[in-house]
Amino acid sequence: MNRIAQLFKEKKNILSIYYTAGFPQLTDTLPILETLEKAGADLVEIGMPFSDPLADGPTIQQSGQTALKNGMTINLLFEQLADLRPQLSIPVILMGYFNPVHKFGMERFVEQCRKTGVDGVIIPDLPFDEYREKYEALFTQAGISNIFLITPQTPEERIKLIDKNSNGFIYMVSSASVTGTKKEISEQQTRYFKRINNMQLASPRLIGFGISDRASFQKACDYAAGAIVGSAFINLLNNEGNNPEKISDFIQSIKKTN
Amino acid sequence: MTKKKKYQVDDKGMYGRFGGAYIPEMLYPNIENLKAKYIGIIESDKFQTEYKNLLKDYVGRPSPLYFSKRLSDKYNTNIFLKREDLNHTGAHKINNTVGQILIAREMGKERIIAETGAGQHGVATATACALMGLKCVVYMGETDMERQAPNVARMKMLGAEVIPARSGNKTLKDATNEALRDWICNPEDTFYLIGSVVGPHPYPDIVARLQAVISEEIKQQMQEKRGKDHPDCVIACVGGGSNAAGSFYHFLEDERVKLVAVEAAGLGTDSGETAATIAMGDEGIIHGSKTYLMQDDDGQITEPYSISAGLDYPGIGPMHANLKDTGRGTFLSVTDQEALDAALELTQLEGIIPALESAHALAALKKLTFKPEENVVITISGRGDKDMETYRQHFGF
Ligand SMILES: Cc1ncc(COP(=O)(O)O)c(C=O)c1O
Repeated sequence: MNRIAQLFKEKKNILSIYYTAGFPQLTDTLPILETLEKAGADLVEIGMPFSDPLADGPTIQQSGQTALKNGMTINLLFEQLADLRPQLSIPVILMGYFNPVHKFGMERFVEQCRKTGVDGVIIPDLPFDEYREKYEALFTQAGISNIFLITPQTPEERIKLIDKNSNGFIYMVSSASVTGTKKEISEQQTRYFKRINNMQLASPRLIGFGISDRASFQKACDYAAGAIVGSAFINLLNNEGNNPEKISDFIQSIKKTN
Repeated sequence: MTKKKKYQVDDKGMYGRFGGAYIPEMLYPNIENLKAKYIGIIESDKFQTEYKNLLKDYVGRPSPLYFSKRLSDKYNTNIFLKREDLNHTGAHKINNTVGQILIAREMGKERIIAETGAGQHGVATATACALMGLKCVVYMGETDMERQAPNVARMKMLGAEVIPARSGNKTLKDATNEALRDWICNPEDTFYLIGSVVGPHPYPDIVARLQAVISEEIKQQMQEKRGKDHPDCVIACVGGGSNAAGSFYHFLEDERVKLVAVEAAGLGTDSGETAATIAMGDEGIIHGSKTYLMQDDDGQITEPYSISAGLDYPGIGPMHANLKDTGRGTFLSVTDQEALDAALELTQLEGIIPALESAHALAALKKLTFKPEENVVITISGRGDKDMETYRQHFGF
């Protein structure tokens, strides 16, 4: 069983943190990961920066631009992750757009994931059908999860299809938006969370986009296995860099239950 | 039985190995909905009647096919200019926008978004929205807002909101990113009215069908003028490739017709300041489509450069990528300077000031050889009004 499946078996209220590789400093990638594991994050998504991130708002866009200016590439990311295992045990997902992965070569990419101990991949603009036709066997063989997204607009039939073909978890986009839109969870969103929760899907779900603090995290946890915090964490890194104390405070402030 | 079309989109949304819909899940329902409906709508009598009436009475079609005697003498062949510059709003872009606006209305959408480079597509979209009483938001790179300022004012006068795109080089690619982000955030009431044969399937096919009127008319006009229904060669500029797709459309399967697409080389294909995608690019994914694009070794999309805002794009429509791969199309690139010279030449020989984009097509005349009896059509995709500031600076008028 891979680390993602294990995590979902053992834990509830999973807090997943997204951050961009090579940001704020080029060499921060692995140290931040260490800090996050120590601070009690359950899962980490490392963003592979892209020049044209269609589904991202200004915060993640800018972190990606900085990372690219710093010299971040997929090649370098795998080099930086060479010592990931067995040093750290937190499950790690790489998230990025299809073009850089396509250029790198999907086979090579999956092989590098396997070698370094990356557990899953999210490529939002890789079509579901193309994944199944061309790459599913490759992922399965390497034991790497490919995570699919659903949104409030995804038709029920398609959600079921995605559920059937998911391993790991389903990434539930919280509303029709790009990343980093910070609002309170609305009535409409709650209805959507409930609707999906009532579908009795086989795959666990994490809710992402617009989860930024304890209130939104807990709301998400009411209807899913946990949630993903991205832009709010990037903002912290932007202000504080890899500051273990601040990062620990941040994680605790979100996880704290009352 | 109709012969299988080699150069058109197939039922999977592909042109050979190019095309498809590489979009995040957020856009999936919208794209599926459009895919399910567009052919039915476009082929309906209602659409065809309305579209044709608009093209005739509003756009002012058919656009003339003008025999350019003095250019013909100079290049010792027969040169015809397809005068898309004479359309309402001054470019071919309006053929597409009046068509897509009817599709949007049929689908019950109330808000229209668009990207624009030169501002011609933005103006044509704002125009169609004014005509139909629909809300219009246009994304335009900040660099382009400066170099095509007259078009920004036109869009605003037409009632559109123009939102500057501030990422990257602040040009067409960045405006397209912003438009796609807007669509992700407004999936239900909003129609994305794309301005070229780019983007996820079915957009390249929609735009090609709506621009196909250009070659449909060329066929008829060649018949009237020369007694045969095809020229020997058609030349058009390519940014995303919509005026070229429209100019080629009815000749794609007719191998008697040589198809020449002209890209913007900027300061030169090897200068690092270029928008010549076919010359410098390789396969990748841009704005939801698998096609040729300019990128670095890490798959980061390269910032393009051209003096011409409408050609300043690091990708190319998948139809053209396939024309390149199959050898059906001939691809040339033309520098800023060559385009400027060609614009001046046409202006002083024929009294027609072309858009900078179209000037790239004209500059191809110096790179090709023709027989005296051959008939060559060059699409003048737009007029030069929007470029007067650039011309003034370069020629010192
Ligand atoms: C006059 C004119 N020609 C050509 C183009 C390039 O677009 P396409 O390649 O889609 O025809 C533009 C785009 O703005 C334009 O305004």
